[in-house]
Amino acid sequence: MPMRKEESTQPIYEQVDAIYRSESRLVFATLIRLLGDFDLAQEAVQTAFAAALEQWPREGVPANPRAWLVSTGRFKAIDALRRRARLNSSIMESMGRLEASPTPIETDQPEIEDDRLRLIFTCCHPALPPDAQVALTLREVCGLTTEEIARAFLTSAPTIAQRIVRAKAKIRDTRIPYEVPARAELPNRLDVVLRVVYLVFNEGYTTSYGTTLMRHDLSSEAIRLARLFLELLPDPEAEGLLALMLLHESRRSARTTPDGEMILLEDQDRSLWNRELIAEGIKLVRHAFASRRLGPYTVQAAISALHAEAPSSAATDWSEIVGLYDLLLRIDPSPVVELNRAVAIAMRDGPAAGLSEIEGLLATGELDNYPLAHSAKAELCRRAGQINEAKASFEKALALTSQEQQRRFLEKRLAEIK
Amino acid sequence: MKFSCRLLSILWVSRDYLIGRQKPNQMLNSEEIMKYVCFGYQNEKKWEQMSENERNALFDACFAYDEELRAKGHFLSGEAIEGASAAVSIRIKNGKASVTDGPFIETKEQLGGVGIIEAKDLNEAIALWSKHPAMVFDETGFEIRPVVDMTPLREASKQRRKAAGKS
Repeated sequence: MPMRKEESTQPIYEQVDAIYRSESRLVFATLIRLLGDFDLAQEAVQTAFAAALEQWPREGVPANPRAWLVSTGRFKAIDALRRRARLNSSIMESMGRLEASPTPIETDQPEIEDDRLRLIFTCCHPALPPDAQVALTLREVCGLTTEEIARAFLTSAPTIAQRIVRAKAKIRDTRIPYEVPARAELPNRLDVVLRVVYLVFNEGYTTSYGTTLMRHDLSSEAIRLARLFLELLPDPEAEGLLALMLLHESRRSARTTPDGEMILLEDQDRSLWNRELIAEGIKLVRHAFASRRLGPYTVQAAISALHAEAPSSAATDWSEIVGLYDLLLRIDPSPVVELNRAVAIAMRDGPAAGLSEIEGLLATGELDNYPLAHSAKAELCRRAGQINEAKASFEKALALTSQEQQRRFLEKRLAEIK
Repeated sequence: MKFSCRLLSILWVSRDYLIGRQKPNQMLNSEEIMKYVCFGYQNEKKWEQMSENERNALFDACFAYDEELRAKGHFLSGEAIEGASAAVSIRIKNGKASVTDGPFIETKEQLGGVGIIEAKDLNEAIALWSKHPAMVFDETGFEIRPVVDMTPLREASKQRRKAAGKS
């Protein structure tokens, strides 16, 4: 294999392939703006690359391939519409508008970046159902195929295809605009985008069924998406979310035994934690924390960062963690956060203190069907020497859990105390 | 009330009609203006519990905002409708109109009024309507739906009827 390989001597199809990987989503986003239609834009991207494969070997790769692809795609789309127009007069009107629009050969970076942001906000529009937001974002922003999304969510390709088709119909019929929301709407719209990213991440991270390889892909896709979003729209909570995901991701290989059994945070081999991801996560969370607008992702990331920095469970700054849970409860109150706070209190002040918190929480009835509430209580009872109570709570948790990995873990725990 | 019934039936029929029909490419950023119907759902109990002063204050705020929207060219019309106790439902059974007392679905939240506005897209419709004082009345809220443009269908129907009349 030759050591010096200039780009110009690379076979043309390899260059086109590389350009496809780096540019096709950008070309797509801009063509949606110019053509005003998802499907038309998708078709135009394919046509433009087909034309590139035909013309570039003869004429060479243009100086600005992206601009060439956008302009070729737009031209071919108008051409195709014109041919179809003979059949339908209403297309004529659309065409008139299209041709009247200014020539699209913007190589302007800000404009193109805006197109990607427009695409994200359109796919994550709150008027679309959450599962459609996720599917559409993975399909149109990340460029995953319908089959890939279906595999990742353990559902059939027709189900995902239908979700995407319905979402696109809703975008068209209710006229969801292709735009970055106005400043006044931005905080709410941002929440939806971040929630979609986090949903994608969690789908890849927390579930134990399916092939781990496929689900792993979803987590890295979410991280990639968060990086892209942060690049386009700097925001402390987006930073906090990216930090949170990186810090979770850093523990991936320590979370399970080689044969897939769950390992609790305190029993994990911390030398397996990915230091690079931790360093990046901590840097991001420090920066986000310095901003005045503290959101739930940032606070959760800060908690995760404290764990990441601690050499062991015992040496963890539990007081600080309890304080952060107090903060989180003020920003985003939920019984699950209270449960986590109770566990942190147990780590700081001993199992009895944590138990009284959990018992108070369970008395409200809100966490009756939440298996982790019962397993947390069981664990604290075990540590406090209340073996019978521990057994009863482990059994309750076991009856409630539907996750195979969690079930095996609880069964093992139960066997240990018997 | 008559008005909103008609409106609902038009929407219903047109929706059914359009299923399976290939629509022409519609621009995401078209300059055409869209019409949106904003259906206001409300908890009638809450309304009954309000004092006259409270009701008047709400009316004043609502009418003032309607006028503001009208001045900006967004407000087409709006109607408040009588409560669920005044509702009559009509269905066709065995070819005859069967009339029953009450709304189709008896729920705590009932349709209390409709507003029809014009906006360039859904985001503008949401932005305009979310500032409406009727929104603060209770948390039940509004449902926004785009109006289907029936003009081409009406025109085509006119042609068909004309042709049928001639033959």
